[in-house]
Amino acid sequence: MKNYKTIVLSNHEISPDYFRMRILSPGFAAKAQPGQFVMVRTELMLPTMLRRPFGIFRVGCLPAECDGLPPREYMEILYKVVGQGTKILSELHQGDRVELLGPLGSGFDLGTPGKAKLLVGGGIGLVPLFMLGEALIKRGEKVRLLMGGRTRDDILAVTEFERSGVETYVSTDDGSLGENGLVTKVLERKLGKHPDAEVFACGPTPMLSAVANMCAAHNVSLQVSLEAHMACGVGACLGCVVKGVGHSDSNPHYLCTCKAGPVFNAADLDWGKAVVAGSDCAGGGCK
Amino acid sequence: MSSHKEKTMPVVRPSLAVEVAGLKLKNPVMPASGTFGYGEEYAPYFDLNRLGALVTKGLSLNPKAGNPTPRIAETTSGMLNAIGLQNVGIDAFVTAKVPVYRGLQTPVIANFFGNTLEEYGEVAKKLNDVPEVNAVELNISCPNVKQGGIVFGTDPSAAAQVVALVRKALSKPLIVKLTPNVTDITVIARAVEEAGADAISCINTITGMAIDVKTRQPKIANRTGGLSGPAIRPVAVRMVHQVVQAVKIPVIGIGGIMCAADALEFLIVGAKAVQVGTANFIDPQAMLTIIDGIEAFLVDEGLTDINQVIGSLKL
Ligand SMILES: Cc1cc2nc3c(=O)[nH]c(=O)nc-3n(C[C@H](O)[C@H](O)[C@H](O)COP(=O)(O)OP(=O)(O)OC[C@H]3O[C@@H](n4cnc5c(N)ncnc54)[C@H](O)[C@@H]3O)c2cc1C
Ligand SMILES: Cc1cc2nc3c(=O)[nH]c(=O)nc-3n(C[C@H](O)[C@H](O)[C@H](O)COP(=O)(O)O)c2cc1C
Ligand code: FES
Repeated sequence: MKNYKTIVLSNHEISPDYFRMRILSPGFAAKAQPGQFVMVRTELMLPTMLRRPFGIFRVGCLPAECDGLPPREYMEILYKVVGQGTKILSELHQGDRVELLGPLGSGFDLGTPGKAKLLVGGGIGLVPLFMLGEALIKRGEKVRLLMGGRTRDDILAVTEFERSGVETYVSTDDGSLGENGLVTKVLERKLGKHPDAEVFACGPTPMLSAVANMCAAHNVSLQVSLEAHMACGVGACLGCVVKGVGHSDSNPHYLCTCKAGPVFNAADLDWGKAVVAGSDCAGGGCK
Repeated sequence: MSSHKEKTMPVVRPSLAVEVAGLKLKNPVMPASGTFGYGEEYAPYFDLNRLGALVTKGLSLNPKAGNPTPRIAETTSGMLNAIGLQNVGIDAFVTAKVPVYRGLQTPVIANFFGNTLEEYGEVAKKLNDVPEVNAVELNISCPNVKQGGIVFGTDPSAAAQVVALVRKALSKPLIVKLTPNVTDITVIARAVEEAGADAISCINTITGMAIDVKTRQPKIANRTGGLSGPAIRPVAVRMVHQVVQAVKIPVIGIGGIMCAADALEFLIVGAKAVQVGTANFIDPQAMLTIIDGIEAFLVDEGLTDINQVIGSLKL
């Protein structure tokens, strides 16, 4: 991990309110593990604004052949504009300065070779799944992505997953793209077909709770990537904790999302009242 | 020709060294408790030996789990936090964290707190026996659970009582950290000075509240939290100025320091050293930039020693 003082290579709106930013990051790719994240800060932000956490979508390198410049490593984030910080990010242009702290946190465990791998993404929650898919494919695994969103606008980068060799299944709450319904409906079906599957999920909490319930019922292992309000991203402020299994008011057990996570084994978390299987927005996209 | 001359000229770097309560610091910059973990969290980003001192997360007798989430919310030029003093407890600190400090070339200041007088005393006794801890910082911004939850640091006699008790239990330099949530901070400052404090650090966070207008709920689960960051700096500078006037012991200035100029404000009103908190979250190298910036300021001003700046306020 390192604080990169660098520049934006590109920043485009890929779907209404969703942006994709490519950031110059020499030496970053070799360190980044699937599921890790970065803390981003821009020069335009008031000097006092906290950094914002974003999952690492993918890493890559611009080859020298393309424009005669030396090869340049980059990393990409995919983000949804939800407030002031993401609004400022969305207004950045090529060459604008950004600071990138990372890669941070602990990412996905690739699981047992040979078992079917089901990736479940809700809306912007697909971000950490891309590098996971790549890593699993590289190991020769069969990888399926179940991608859910409220409408077609919330379905992102699916062709990119397909190009990397991941089989994709799209569902939307309004049926505007792919299957009509919640992503959990597709998961239920897939778990029926692949009882030995291992599941990896990222998305809104209600979706994750529903997925956790379902995986527990099918007795399959589940890793989830969580979000939490963060100040430091490195385990120093203790602002980002989630409840661990066995947590109670009298015997609290908190885990740092930025250090122990953002990826957790679902079995290590206390899902408590958050488990609301089949709730309205369990299909994802509701932020 | 001229560049050759520059290279061979003896470069006299100004001295940033200060002394606080018998602690010799290579520069006046240290982290504020609770914003730098136990130090190890930031070790990958820079050499901790560059710091004037290291200040730990607040420690208590027993491990403390802290508050429910969300615990933090950003506000204009600042942030609210209600972490709830989550920490590993003094015993785990001594076994798991202290060994890391053994090779360190900078003093370690252990920040601690209690919920009863007895707890404060117990932790002080334990810290006294840890050779790697060079000084302690006593956080008195905590409620006394045995006395209706009155905050030690808001009542002069309660503050004096806890300081006197810790003073007896401990032979190391004792820094007492004051809360700004009082009508007159000089009253508390004088009370803790009389009770035996070797130095005062101030300010801790200012109690605040922020509301999510859509949900009509407080933005942090604890309802209220401590405000930190640049938003509180003018209040902090004012209070440090007042405390410096009121007591003879050295004062460490804290509150919203983001850059060297901010730190210099505190030094000019008379703080012997400063602590940097929220800025670490925004830039993990903030303290290095501040140290270098203070040195550059001295060079610019033609000064040779930071002590020429400390207390140089013109009124
Ligand atoms: C590990 C991790 C990975 C993430 N990955 C992505 C990603 O790949 N793409 C993406 O679009 N978003 C991602 N998020 C969420 C993203 O951090 C927030 O949407 C963003 O911080 C909102 O900032 P804002 O200023 O626009 O919103 P505001 O609501 O104005 O933010 C106010 C404060 O709340 C915090 N905050 C608000 N919503 C969230 C949230 N959902 N999670 C954490 N903090 C929040 C902000 O950081 C800020 O401090 C991730 C969050 C975490 C913790
Ligand atoms: C997340 C967080 C945790 C803190 N924890 C402690 C603590 O454990 N003990 C303590 O004395 N002060 C604690 N503080 C207060 C800081 O040490 C400091 O006094 C305050 O934040 C003001 O400085 P700043 O504006 O530079 O952040 C904490 C502050 C923050 C933001
Ligand atoms: S964000 Fe500071 S501890 Fe996790």
